[in-house]
Amino acid sequence: MSELSVKHLLGIKYLTEKDIQLIFETADHFKEVINRSIKKVPSLRDITIANIFFENSTRTKLSFELAEKRLSADVINFSAGQSSVKKGETLIDTVNNILSMKVDMVVMRHPNPGAGIFLSKHVNASIVNAGDGAHEHPTQALLDSYSIREKLGDVSGKNVVIVGDILHSRVALSNIFALKLQGANVKVCGPKTLLPKYVESLGVEVETDLRKALNWCDVANMLRIQNERLDISYFPTTREYTQQFGVNKKLLDSLDKEIVIMHPGPINRGVEITTDVADSKQSIILNQVENGVAIRMAVIYLLASKIK
Amino acid sequence: MGQKVLLSEKEINIILHRLACQLLENHLDFKDTALVGIQPRGTFVAQRLTKILKEEYGVRHVDLGFLDITFYRDDFRRGEKPLEANKTKIDFLVEDRKVVFIDDVLYTGRSIRAALTAIQSFGRPSEIELLTLIDRRFSRHLPIQPNYRGRQVDAINEEKVKVHWKENEGEDVIYLINK
Repeated sequence: MSELSVKHLLGIKYLTEKDIQLIFETADHFKEVINRSIKKVPSLRDITIANIFFENSTRTKLSFELAEKRLSADVINFSAGQSSVKKGETLIDTVNNILSMKVDMVVMRHPNPGAGIFLSKHVNASIVNAGDGAHEHPTQALLDSYSIREKLGDVSGKNVVIVGDILHSRVALSNIFALKLQGANVKVCGPKTLLPKYVESLGVEVETDLRKALNWCDVANMLRIQNERLDISYFPTTREYTQQFGVNKKLLDSLDKEIVIMHPGPINRGVEITTDVADSKQSIILNQVENGVAIRMAVIYLLASKIK
Repeated sequence: MGQKVLLSEKEINIILHRLACQLLENHLDFKDTALVGIQPRGTFVAQRLTKILKEEYGVRHVDLGFLDITFYRDDFRRGEKPLEANKTKIDFLVEDRKVVFIDDVLYTGRSIRAALTAIQSFGRPSEIELLTLIDRRFSRHLPIQPNYRGRQVDAINEEKVKVHWKENEGEDVIYLINK
């Protein structure tokens, strides 16, 4: 075991396969910790972390905050909605003001792709990207791979299909990078209008027939239709989308083998997956949430050990 | 870098038997006692002692656990590399029981300080004792002393005590290494 090759977690693109394995091995230890009756360790007593969210989030924000608190870090939270950002303050000014209160690490979600990278070049703190526009969401991809590893033993050689809105999804891009890096085979499936043109250049195959894709895969990662990002109409109606790209129990039971269902949340029940699929024993959606805390503890712990 | 043998296989074996007897004297049937090896190197001592207690002194059951103290250490971010964690395996309750910490070398006492904090995550023991194979005298940073000690050595700070085990290094021997 060594250390991460990076000082910030800006995207999976910047990690090596070794980094991912190190994060997983560290997360194994933290998973044991968070299943104790006392779920807290004092490792990061002298670290202060700012969670800066310029975009709404429930799961990710709670998960990061919990991970930080279980490592005993001091945590401050900041939501753009109630702040001076509304008064016209720039990103660098906002963050530098927060950093002058002696903050060591910044966890940031921002609607603009590359916001984390920009920040990492201009401020003196460790940056963790908690989602930047349609670019990357590295901790989500890590916890997704970690959940596959936990369920199937290994990620390498597994067939994974990512279904839905690939075009607007940071989860899809980070997952593609992470899965390819670990030697998995990846297909994307969705309406042609929601598949980016260049997607095959990332080494993934495109499949527009959901049944074929599901019969091929070991794991299906069902993405949410991001209505808030759909500026124009990409498919006729939600009902038609569901008919072609939604997974229901009947479809799942008619497949050749038992596949694993994942979803990064929040679920639009009845759109991308039906309630009985989301709650079936093939679904590992809630395991993903639990693993999210362990993965974020591992990432923060490993990055914090690089702060001098 | 010179090294000399501090204890041979035979001497280690005699010491382990003496320590097992001392534990037996104080804990008899080990019903209210749990042995906890401190990761990574205390686990070898703990496993050996458990084996001796069971096989040679007829103790029916000994609760043996391994405690990793990495996340409780006080030197996080003070070294060059991140601290490497090991597995914690304690599948019994320590609430209201006697706990014996077992480690190979007691040096500054900081590991034991961390272990005292770490064990609290598994309950409130009625009593905690410390057993160490090698006790490095005059090198403590904290007021921590062992209840059971294998051998006391006076080693200067530049020297290092390295314990080798058959299970891990292929031989039972303890070296004093001059860095």
